[in-house]
Amino acid sequence: MKYHFLDQYRETGSFIHKLDPRVKFLAMLVMVIAVVAVPRTEWLAYGLFLILNVCLILLSRVPVAYVLKRSSVVIPFVLLVVVFLPFFKEGAEIGAVNIWNWHIGIKREGLLLAADIMCKAWLSIQSIISLTATTGMGELLKGLEKLKMPRIMIMLMSFMSRYVFVLSDEAEHLSQARNSRSFGGGIRLHVRTLGFMVGALFIRSFERGERVYGAMLARGFEGHSRFFDRLSLHFVDVVYLLIILVASAVIVLIPLLLRSISG
Amino acid sequence: MAEVLAIENLKFSYPDGQPALRGVSLSIHEGECVALIGPNGAGKSTLLLHLNGLLQSHCGVVRVLGQVVRKKSFKTVRRQIGMVFQNPDDQLFSPTVFDDVAFGPLNLGMKEAEVLCVVQQALRAVGMGGYEQRSPHHLSLGEKRRIAIATVLAMSPPLLVFDEPSSSLDPVGKWQLIKLLRGLPQTKLIVSHDLEMVQALCSRVMIMNKGLITADGDCHTVLQDYDLLVKNRLAIAADEKAGDGSIKDSLE
Repeated sequence: MKYHFLDQYRETGSFIHKLDPRVKFLAMLVMVIAVVAVPRTEWLAYGLFLILNVCLILLSRVPVAYVLKRSSVVIPFVLLVVVFLPFFKEGAEIGAVNIWNWHIGIKREGLLLAADIMCKAWLSIQSIISLTATTGMGELLKGLEKLKMPRIMIMLMSFMSRYVFVLSDEAEHLSQARNSRSFGGGIRLHVRTLGFMVGALFIRSFERGERVYGAMLARGFEGHSRFFDRLSLHFVDVVYLLIILVASAVIVLIPLLLRSISG
Repeated sequence: MAEVLAIENLKFSYPDGQPALRGVSLSIHEGECVALIGPNGAGKSTLLLHLNGLLQSHCGVVRVLGQVVRKKSFKTVRRQIGMVFQNPDDQLFSPTVFDDVAFGPLNLGMKEAEVLCVVQQALRAVGMGGYEQRSPHHLSLGEKRRIAIATVLAMSPPLLVFDEPSSSLDPVGKWQLIKLLRGLPQTKLIVSHDLEMVQALCSRVMIMNKGLITADGDCHTVLQDYDLLVKNRLAIAADEKAGDGSIKDSLE
């Protein structure tokens, strides 16, 4: 029996957990699009989105720290994308690095743009993580299917979520078996055994795939599978989606409104 | 009594040329609980895969309820054989227990209300009512095996086939399983090395060795025939058991 961090907060029983997965998915999509649509360097809007996210997380009774911590995984990836922006963007120079007689200027516009992209990515991933923390994989996939995502992709994701744990167990057994027999040895030997292990894992997965397919055929599978449809939209689902829609629109528009008032 | 399963002179070799079945013939009648025992590599699992056409041989005939197993009849045959595979992780591939048990009935084209009812019945029959929304990777092996049985019961097949149902279960889990299997009224074919379980469940025993059925008879008679068991690698000869180092000798 293995409880995975992915399932950690799936049963807090909050009203957000009970919402229709389609609605939660659409709400997530709306929020991500809204965050992306915020005009550049409107920090107020980003602050409001952060507050909205935190409110939703509090309502779902998932620890805020958990979501913030997990959402920080996106930072290195975005950093890789934006790290050169401050140097190559045109604009006012606020500092410089000198490598011998090579002068590299750090531009204000570039720094702001990098920070802006970072904010967008971080807020978006927060919405996605609060979705996955409050929705079971099975439910989410059913929701996506109802939203007309191609069946084959649904099945692929379903198998992946089912067997990722089985495979990680297998990998763990393999590495335990290796650790109990390998003492010392150079890096070359380690890399070699690692290669064998990856190969063994691949072959095992391949064979498992065949057995699973056999088990599916034995139960009448003929290439297209029907899922059981248990989803139904309730009043509260519609209200939730509407609230998210309106809130996101307002947050995106606030900076424009403020500017038109002051201007 | 009607003949549920009939196999005539079935031969099969794997693509690498290794012969797995070398002319198997057998017949199982309605209501029987038959054990198929044999050493590792005897061809038992290969034989099972032929029952519903997961493997097909050019030589020999398999009949399920009078119908020859071939591509055209797969649909009906697979409905009639409930196959419980050895590793429940291969059989349970859905995100929740409910979806897994509902998979077969949905493929049979049942209506949703019917599916709901059938799934609940099947889960209750294996003592796993209330597990519908659990995900299979959170269950223990014994629980997974029960759910795997429920997935085939939900299709209400007249013939149930089990591949090593007691493997890796602890003694309590094994006896719970035996009790469960005893309560199922269907015709059963159980492949196992677990002679204790075979004795507790089956009235008839077949021994398979090196791709052939080498014995077929009443459970008591077969399991008492010590020489027969030794000859088929199902028991160890008394002199090997007694002396120390004798197992090593026999291996050499």
